[in-house]
Amino acid sequence: MHPVRKQRLLLVIFGVIFSSIAIGLIVYAMRANINLFYPPSKIAAGEAPKNRTIRGGGCVKPGSVVRAKDSLDISFILTDGTADVPVVFSGILPDLFAEGEAAVVNGMINDKGIFRAEQVLAKHDENYTPPEVAEGMKNGVNDQAVCKELSYGS
Amino acid sequence: MVPEIGQFALILALCLCIALTLMPLLGAYYGNKLLMHSGRSLAVGAFVFVSIAFFCLAYAFAHDDFSVKYVASNSNSLLPYYYKICAVWGGHEGSLLLWILMLSGWTLAVAVFSRSLPLDMQARVLGVLGFIAVGFLLFIIITSNPFDRLLPLAPQDGKDLNPLLQDPGFVIHPPFLYMGYVGFSVCFAFAIAALMAGRLDSAWARWSRPWATLAWGFLSIGIALGSWWAYYELGWGGWWFWDPVENASFMPWIVGTALLHSLAVTEKRSLFKSWTILLAIFTFSLSLLGTFLVRSGILTSVHAFANDPERGVFVLIFLLVIVGGSLTLFAFRAPVVKGSVGFNWLSREIFLLGNNVILTVVLITVLLGTLYPLIADALNWGKISVGPPYFNFFFLPLMGLLCLLMAFGPASNWKKTSAKQLVNMLWKPWVSSAVFALAFPWFYHDEYSIPAAIAVFIGSWIFTGLIADIAYRLRHSESVMAGVKKLSLSYYAMAIAHLGIAVTLIGVSLTSIYTIERDLRMQEHQTVDLNGYEFTLQSLKKVQGPNYTADEAYITVNYRGKPLNDMHPQKRRYKATGTSMTEVALDVGLFRDIYVAMGEPVSEDAWAMRVHVKPFVRWIWLGALMMAFGAFLSVTDKRYRKQKAIITESIEQPAPAMLKGKVLVND
Repeated sequence: MHPVRKQRLLLVIFGVIFSSIAIGLIVYAMRANINLFYPPSKIAAGEAPKNRTIRGGGCVKPGSVVRAKDSLDISFILTDGTADVPVVFSGILPDLFAEGEAAVVNGMINDKGIFRAEQVLAKHDENYTPPEVAEGMKNGVNDQAVCKELSYGS
Repeated sequence: MVPEIGQFALILALCLCIALTLMPLLGAYYGNKLLMHSGRSLAVGAFVFVSIAFFCLAYAFAHDDFSVKYVASNSNSLLPYYYKICAVWGGHEGSLLLWILMLSGWTLAVAVFSRSLPLDMQARVLGVLGFIAVGFLLFIIITSNPFDRLLPLAPQDGKDLNPLLQDPGFVIHPPFLYMGYVGFSVCFAFAIAALMAGRLDSAWARWSRPWATLAWGFLSIGIALGSWWAYYELGWGGWWFWDPVENASFMPWIVGTALLHSLAVTEKRSLFKSWTILLAIFTFSLSLLGTFLVRSGILTSVHAFANDPERGVFVLIFLLVIVGGSLTLFAFRAPVVKGSVGFNWLSREIFLLGNNVILTVVLITVLLGTLYPLIADALNWGKISVGPPYFNFFFLPLMGLLCLLMAFGPASNWKKTSAKQLVNMLWKPWVSSAVFALAFPWFYHDEYSIPAAIAVFIGSWIFTGLIADIAYRLRHSESVMAGVKKLSLSYYAMAIAHLGIAVTLIGVSLTSIYTIERDLRMQEHQTVDLNGYEFTLQSLKKVQGPNYTADEAYITVNYRGKPLNDMHPQKRRYKATGTSMTEVALDVGLFRDIYVAMGEPVSEDAWAMRVHVKPFVRWIWLGALMMAFGAFLSVTDKRYRKQKAIITESIEQPAPAMLKGKVLVND
């Protein structure tokens, strides 16, 4: 083969190998580290995988936040108007976490169906609701102040 | 009345920018000098009117004009005056106005400082900048007018500035970040102008280099300020979350860094020309993408704010026009330029190419991680988020590799370097860094940490490599002092910036490895121990601020029996919004920070507290400051000034200037 062509061929082969390795690595890393989002109704229906890190989100049910007396354990209920999911968390909640407001939680569901959160995210400003929470709502209200309009039942 | 003047000024600025786009570009196309000369005065005019608009908005804030909707939703009569002024960029509309102010400021700077450029080049650059300004002015006037009124029913008082933003960090972080973001528009304009003119030479690289460096310096400071602010303001002691909004600011920085190095090759060796142009286009496109991501509200982020999706669509269309247009132009024009000089496989060109390749790969992984949730959502693959482990998986090894290679760059020669020379020069730094790095974790902490050893090795390798390089450069000079004076300012600038990378790297690694953090329940008079640091909650009290009330804790800290600072963290409750905020107490040190934040009350006399001891955390931002300082220093290098002086002289006396030009080429 002509040396110039040979060089080009080598270059192409190198490029193909290099980019396949890169893509393979990216896919691998993505698989291990992406978190799927589930609204409370799907979690309650058992559609969410257990013991695998996922992301959940909804409105914090008023009156459901309970703090332990002697530790930093806390529990609350996330709801989307259709179903409730109990969440437990140990640590300090973000400042803007409040009852009747939207929150997103990262963590795992254990065998009892309790969401053990490793991280709790609350909104950054007055009218903001995370888009996935707003979209997962019962009556499809896709509004930024969705938690304020939700009727929490009893 | 004042807001209407602002509104009117914005519209006038839009008209001027339309003229600024059309007249110089047409002038350059037809070779009409009058039209080309108009660019400079139009740029001044646009700047004046945008400033008027900006000051009108600031005036409305300062005078509590709550009939202006934007003021009513971002200010309050109780707000201290300095936050009232800064509240101008507290929301979407105002921060966009700040963007435009910066853009017209950079345009003005180009008009003032590039008189030495050929007239047609000047005209094209200003025309492209004018076009970008038109896009953003249309955006602000059509979709997000900051001067909209709430009439006839103006509210009595404003809704207050978001408490998170009532902080000194907010005063300086957005301006610096935007200076950087927008600064890359100048490089972009230079690249487009060069493509239009079909003139891609090393002169072009020399013109755009100081602009790129300057923008990069500002962006470095902006990102560092953001990280520092998040560190103490969000109250969980993190300084980087791989959050989409952070990535949005980080991506232009990554490509910008690649651009700086590629520009160096293009200037000195006339190589990588098309690639440099492409990088300039991508850097600015990523700045626009960042604006789009942050402003469209399609992301879930710790930094997300309420948004209007329509605005996102506008930025997206503008982004497509800019990226699509410039890439099309690139496709038509770039293949004409081809590198003519060769280089050896072991040369500075190769190391700088390596820098570019690695940074590009880093960029692609960050970009994928940031956009993948959006793509997946658009294709109905479910709602997902990409977590920090993904980013760290790629970022850490790639950046480690980049930093390892960093010491070779300055030490190698253009065109060709002998391996022997490199080995002779660098074996000592290599060995001494290895010894130091192996010993460091041993002495620093009870538990030996291999990652810490690697990080310290890379950091000190960069440092000692630079020293060896300086020693090598000085080998022929009579005395050290004489030699030190002989090295150029831009060499020192490079050394400081590289050192800054080393400092940040050490800060990031050691903080991540050695941080101790606890969430604790603390009772009055109770003492908790954190690796020798004893925290005692002495008392709790209530405090009144100008627009908030707060719970304040008084905590004393002892280290191995010796008393350190007293700490006063607060939990504030802002009256107007009813939101609460954590005010962190910090004991700052070069080698460690102590960080105490109040969580929430657990009982009458007990609070949940977050207590951290963070070693080397200051180094992260110190390094960024060094990088920026290096960038600003390199811009003052006489190389750029001399060039200008010669060209202005050459207009008056052509003959001697030619001579000087020759001398310059020779050195």
